[in-house]
Amino acid sequence: MAAERHWSLCVPAAADRLQDLRCLTREAAAALGFTATATEELVLAVNEACMNVIQHGYGGESGLQELWILPIHDGIEVRLRDLAPPVSLADWRPRDLQDVRPGGLGVHFIRSIMDEIAYLPAPDGIGNLLCMRKCRDAPEGGV
Amino acid sequence: MSHTFAAMGGYAVVGLRGEIDLHSSPEARRLILECLQDGRPTLVDLSAVAYIDSSGVASLVEGFQLARARGLDFGLVGVSDAALNVLRLARLDKVFPIYESAQERIGQGDGP
Repeated sequence: MAAERHWSLCVPAAADRLQDLRCLTREAAAALGFTATATEELVLAVNEACMNVIQHGYGGESGLQELWILPIHDGIEVRLRDLAPPVSLADWRPRDLQDVRPGGLGVHFIRSIMDEIAYLPAPDGIGNLLCMRKCRDAPEGGV
Repeated sequence: MSHTFAAMGGYAVVGLRGEIDLHSSPEARRLILECLQDGRPTLVDLSAVAYIDSSGVASLVEGFQLARARGLDFGLVGVSDAALNVLRLARLDKVFPIYESAQERIGQGDGP
């Protein structure tokens, strides 16, 4: 995944490393011209995707996850690679928001925030490669 | 995440500060549920929350549900913009009772 300009970080899939992934996402989104509001939404979506890997992908077992952030012509592309058992978007089950209960919000957040979500073929067919894209909004307070 | 605790007008006021994520939300959950399990009406001050994710929101929902089950008052106070944006995205901003401050809720006089 070589690119002229990109941000990447490979960390253990653990709750105490989520902050590192959020910091990287925040830095990349700001550098790519996202508004403060859009940056925080993007950070939330990436955080939720990384949480999914920790909680559901590896299911509490140890493993790695690697985050890549790349500029695209009208926004940002986020790629998240893990070595957990393969999943598909059909496995993502958001809950009915009318049903007020803990849990199940992460998928809703990701789908609400990101413009495109897809699993790409994982290198060597091992693990998962999630690809999410978000277009840049007009500047806050702008035309 | 760090926290503060205060007893005010019959309420427990739990103040959460910093980032509430999968790493810190178990602590937030414990603080909130302990107050309610002790039978205290509880307000959660989110004014110093810089970030909250779905696991943090789940802790608030658990508190809300336990309070309802026990007939205790529960609300959020001083919700920061960062936290309010996430609650709006979850469509929970109209579900939780939200107040400007603990004093506002307590001053309404229909509390515990």
